[in-house]
Amino acid sequence: MPGLSFIAPTTIDEAVRALASAPGLAKCLAGGTDLLVQLRSGRSRPELIVDTKRIPDLIGIRDAGDHFVIGAATPGASISACAPLCRAWPGITEAVDLIGSQQIQGRASLGGNLCNASPAADSVPAVIAARATCVVAGPEGTREVPVEAIVTGPGQTSLKKGEFLVEFHVPKPAPHQSDAYLRFIPRTEMDIAVVGCAVNVTLGERGVCRDARVVLGAVAPTPILVPEAAEALVGHWLDEETLARLDAAARRASKPITDKRGTIEYRIKVAGVLARRTAAIAFKRAGEC
Amino acid sequence: MKKYHVSTTINGEPVEFLCEPQQTLLDVLRDTLNLTGSKEGCASGDCGACTVIVDGRMVCSCLMLGVEAEGRTVTTVEGIATGDTLHPVQQKFLEHAALQCGFCTPGFIVAAKALLDENPNPTEEEARYWLAGNLCRCTGYDKIIRAVLDAASEMRREAAE
Repeated sequence: MPGLSFIAPTTIDEAVRALASAPGLAKCLAGGTDLLVQLRSGRSRPELIVDTKRIPDLIGIRDAGDHFVIGAATPGASISACAPLCRAWPGITEAVDLIGSQQIQGRASLGGNLCNASPAADSVPAVIAARATCVVAGPEGTREVPVEAIVTGPGQTSLKKGEFLVEFHVPKPAPHQSDAYLRFIPRTEMDIAVVGCAVNVTLGERGVCRDARVVLGAVAPTPILVPEAAEALVGHWLDEETLARLDAAARRASKPITDKRGTIEYRIKVAGVLARRTAAIAFKRAGEC
Repeated sequence: MKKYHVSTTINGEPVEFLCEPQQTLLDVLRDTLNLTGSKEGCASGDCGACTVIVDGRMVCSCLMLGVEAEGRTVTTVEGIATGDTLHPVQQKFLEHAALQCGFCTPGFIVAAKALLDENPNPTEEEARYWLAGNLCRCTGYDKIIRAVLDAASEMRREAAE
């Protein structure tokens, strides 16, 4: 890596200036659990690394009244340790907790998981399902965009030169609203999702679903929001007929590839099964809160 | 290549070093500071042989840049014992013969110590999940888990005295 430079700015403006003025590739370093692997393999050859962890806005979780603010570089271990967030969104926190080992949790961040733009990123479906937004800083100032607007393809994001992720805004749940995330892997720990599924539901009168978001991971080039799967839930109890419609909608939305983790046929089948199981957990939680 | 000056604390001692921006903390520990207890297994964060504690959090030193250590507090396997007295986790690894080739052992020792600092009374399942990021190709893990749980009960006994 000839000519690689490193800076660790302490303000957003300083970071934007560095990212925007770098003539070649500039990469943000949050937890580094993907970036350092890419540096070593030569898949990424930046000329500038900007460590964002010394910018106060990027680290920590705070309660902002009707929403939580999660700094983009906050490590997974801090997210799992945040009791109010775990109570509000058990699906988001369990999804984050599934990423890698305890060592990875010491560094890996929500912002990094999103911007690495893997179709199988575990935290992303749950955050999208919660209607979270992210604040992007750049040369033109800051903009707030839905999380689902960031990833555009494997390893590709909508961030422009000089832009980086500052924080996530996660709305607080309404009464009887909760979420769940499940991923399927052939073992119990330390693997990448064959399929991931997040379900976020709000229950109304007599436990009938009145709002839902269903997001699938690892079955398309990006995590996908599946409105047809949500429509299968809204207005219904989670009976067998509803589950069958949800299963069918999840399967129809899945456009996976065949790779070493599973074939197209297998992933489509698992997407339906996982949607059923995740919905069951989300409905149960929503009924109890 | 430009070198960066880093001031940090390692095993309680202030340390300064020069490193290139792409060098990992593991590279610096082993090749610059001669702290060769931390091992490089996979260099991709899968095996845990390079586990160290940074500002109270367990991390893979192969996935952290040396320059990121500026102002941080790092504990490596060399900082786990107190002088000549082994940490209970180290003592129990010996007693239970919880190692064969020993390559993974420094990572397991650091990870197990971090576990017991956070949870003095882990269940077997909790210990196994916590140590899922440390790979051992010799022992089959059982002796390691026995050693960690025994160290936990030893430390609880000591704390109660």
